[in-house]
Amino acid sequence: MPFVNWLKRHLVVIAGLVTLGYLLLPNVIVTVFSFNKPKGRFNYEWQQFSTDAWKDPCGVADMCGSLSLSLQIAVWATVGATVLGTMIAFALVRYRFRARGAVNSLIFLPMAMPEVVMAASLLTLFLNMGAQLGFWTILIAHIMFCLSFVVTAVKARVMSMDPRLEEAARDLYAGPVQTFVRVTLPIAAPGIAAGALLSFALSFDDFIITNFNAGSTVTFPMFVWGSAQRGTPVQINVIGTAMFLVAVLFVLFSMVVSNRRTRQKA
Amino acid sequence: MMTTDSSGDVRLSGIGKTYGSFTAVHPLDLTVPQGSFFALLGASGCGKTTTLRMIAGLEEPSSGTVHLGDQDVTHLPPYKRPVNTVFQSYALFPHLDIFENVAFGLRRRGIKSVKKQVDEMLELVQLGEQARKKPHQLSGGQQQRVAVARALINHPKVLLLDEPLGALDLKLRRQMQLELKRIQTEVGITFIHVTHDQEEAMTMADTVAVMNAGRVEQLGSPTDLYENPQTTFVANFLGTSNLIEAEVDSKTGGEIVVRAGGGKLLLPEARCSASTTTGGKVLVGVRPEKISLAHADDAGEISEARNRITGKIVDSSFIGVSTQYVVDSPACPGFEVYAQNIDRDPRLVPGAEVVLHWSPAHTFGLDAAQDIDAGVETVEEEAA
Amino acid sequence: MSTLTEAPPPLAPAAPEKKPPRKRGRFTPYWLLLPGILWLLVFFALPMLYQASTSVQTGSLEQGYKVTWHFATYWDALSEYWPQFLRSVLYAAAAAVLCLLLGYPLAYLIAFRAGRWRNLIMILVIAPFFTSFLIRTLAWKTILADSGPVVSTLNTLHVLDVTNWLGWTAGDRVLATPLAVVCGLTYNFLPFMVLPLYTSLERIDGRLHEAAGDLYAKPFTTFRKVTFPLSMPGVVSGTLLTFIPAAGDYVNAELLGSTDTRMIGNVIQTQFLRILDYPTAAALSFILMAAILFMVTFYIRRSGTEDLV
Repeated sequence: MPFVNWLKRHLVVIAGLVTLGYLLLPNVIVTVFSFNKPKGRFNYEWQQFSTDAWKDPCGVADMCGSLSLSLQIAVWATVGATVLGTMIAFALVRYRFRARGAVNSLIFLPMAMPEVVMAASLLTLFLNMGAQLGFWTILIAHIMFCLSFVVTAVKARVMSMDPRLEEAARDLYAGPVQTFVRVTLPIAAPGIAAGALLSFALSFDDFIITNFNAGSTVTFPMFVWGSAQRGTPVQINVIGTAMFLVAVLFVLFSMVVSNRRTRQKA
Repeated sequence: MMTTDSSGDVRLSGIGKTYGSFTAVHPLDLTVPQGSFFALLGASGCGKTTTLRMIAGLEEPSSGTVHLGDQDVTHLPPYKRPVNTVFQSYALFPHLDIFENVAFGLRRRGIKSVKKQVDEMLELVQLGEQARKKPHQLSGGQQQRVAVARALINHPKVLLLDEPLGALDLKLRRQMQLELKRIQTEVGITFIHVTHDQEEAMTMADTVAVMNAGRVEQLGSPTDLYENPQTTFVANFLGTSNLIEAEVDSKTGGEIVVRAGGGKLLLPEARCSASTTTGGKVLVGVRPEKISLAHADDAGEISEARNRITGKIVDSSFIGVSTQYVVDSPACPGFEVYAQNIDRDPRLVPGAEVVLHWSPAHTFGLDAAQDIDAGVETVEEEAA
Repeated sequence: MSTLTEAPPPLAPAAPEKKPPRKRGRFTPYWLLLPGILWLLVFFALPMLYQASTSVQTGSLEQGYKVTWHFATYWDALSEYWPQFLRSVLYAAAAAVLCLLLGYPLAYLIAFRAGRWRNLIMILVIAPFFTSFLIRTLAWKTILADSGPVVSTLNTLHVLDVTNWLGWTAGDRVLATPLAVVCGLTYNFLPFMVLPLYTSLERIDGRLHEAAGDLYAKPFTTFRKVTFPLSMPGVVSGTLLTFIPAAGDYVNAELLGSTDTRMIGNVIQTQFLRILDYPTAAALSFILMAAILFMVTFYIRRSGTEDLV
């Protein structure tokens, strides 16, 4: 029974790899179908190999415009949420103040709320205020839901930091500003970077809240949503594949760099 | 599980462990008799913990076999071995209370009514009151005793202790040493104890195996190891030794005469582990507390039968019960001498010319082909 | 032995958030908090109040709405849309359980068995995030297509007969059935299960596994008695992070389902953006919020993880 024993010992590994396959299967399909030449308006069935879409990724009306809009919103939402969130995180970890519990709940609730609830209530507010729906309302909404994630990421990092490091810096003649810039910020940087990266991904990919508060403005996810009704151009697969590759390469690259750095230090 | 209960001997035959090209433990043979308190002593990385883990079944040996009594357990998984471990920093289950931690092993073996046994065991380690607390609510010393109770309740053939006192402070460590010794005497189980603390090993164990670089350097009772070290590593690792490079002059009636730094010293042949030939090199050792110190002016009063060396005090530190001197002599620089503070001679201050003398019977001889400083420093660094 | 009870303080005290020392600059924390907290108050908390008030208004789009404390809206909304509510809870619960069953082996694999592949697998779990989830969800239309290999395999193995009988699928199709929606929900939120599970598994001291083995626990018993209980914080936060968004989701139901699989999110979206019946939509989203908060609180209490976390 060596095979049965082998199976028993590696059951977890096999099950884990099956799950990984389940997670990656759609990406494989997206990539394969970016080389498809569909017959009708929808790109759901394999017809024949073609690189047309890769040669002309912006060949679909409005798609690249929506893509660039999404990127802009994601960048600004990341900046806004990271700055505001980092400030809150520092206040929570480094200072004592009243209403701490209330602040903590206010940070936690947006993460525990279904998106559709936040989306609907925010729209109610905008309608009541008579705000013009568009770029600005989307940005406001994105900063709002990214904020909590930044706070959580930065807080975790700052909390694990030894407060004696700051005392040591002050003992070694660093003023408050220098202490912050030379010691606190560099140590908190990985947490801030994680929060920022998460914000970017969340904002760029957000559909539900954006759909409620965008008015007639169309972001990339909304473009995809619309095309699911009207017809899916191959180019959205091209964009999806490209983003996947860019993300993987970016992570691999940063890992290689950090590996090399630690090796140099060692 | 066991066919016979007659023997709890642990027999290691040629067991060794290699990781790739690194040899953690060179194939070694070791027998630990039933009921003994056995210590594996060595600096970190010497292979003592790996040896222990191979007995526990947590590490598969690369070669050799492990026998418990008549049973070959080499390839049994840990949960099928009648052996239990007290882990370094205890590994208590944080989600279970003390009672459940102690009952864990019994429950796994399908024993239903554990209450009485667990209560008794908690009494033995004086933790009856703490049964329903979680591990993190206890102090270090209490956690340590839970770890011991959790292992002992299973009545293992052998109890393995991996640096069990490493996480405790000095005072508590002393108390726990006595406590563990008491428990061992009470239950009569074989204890195998891994430690880097030579004092701890000597206080507790009947037999100590000193390990270095994956090999057992010497095995014996604490007194034997201390009085008759066979290698420079053991001489330096256990306490302090003054080692003098000397040349064999002659051999007469069970005594070797050696020359060192212009003088002659006597060495009983029985206490020399190295083979000696006239004109060959040998290392002559003597423990610092065996040496008497006399001012050069009183040199005439010293008996001719004693080994003597002249030198000059370079440093002295007052320790309370004793005074420790460092003496430079032509025979050996940095000679250490511990003198009891019975009658302190006011002339013995740094700069004074002195004569060191000791009974030849306290001299031991070692093979001169070894590193004279093996096993020095490392002890103090780690004991801290 | 009494001296032993005067041992030093616990080595690992259950350290809650440390109280930071009071510093000079009494107002600094408030200045740091002000912009972000204001943002959340105005764009998160205030909208909730607006929504609460909208839900008890009556009127019409043309003549405007007035607060008339018309609580009947809640009753009407519930009695009309309870099937969608029920469906949302069922689908979300099914997705959360499936995420746990699928995600646990993967998290375990990454934490204990992956060795030098750990980072690569981690990247592969996170990387799909960077392809728009809508595009990835649309890919399921291809995977589960009526003429595709998945459906024909299920058919050959007579799995579809079973799922048809259970009411999860209909006819020879998977698309446009509850199974497809749950499959999509599971897929979309699976990383939110894997990541917290991995975090809590990775924190477990490896020696605890050895200690369990040393104390006669077989590998599976070790898992049941030590690993799983210690990973409870991950299990709880993972199920919450999958259940909550799944319960409010309408994308999967819309893209992979049919009119028979509409969830409460679809209803809220339609009421708000198409029918423009704001009071009903507000009431529905309020009920959803209350229901989720209630269930989450109950769940955290029941799972008894408060003293574990």
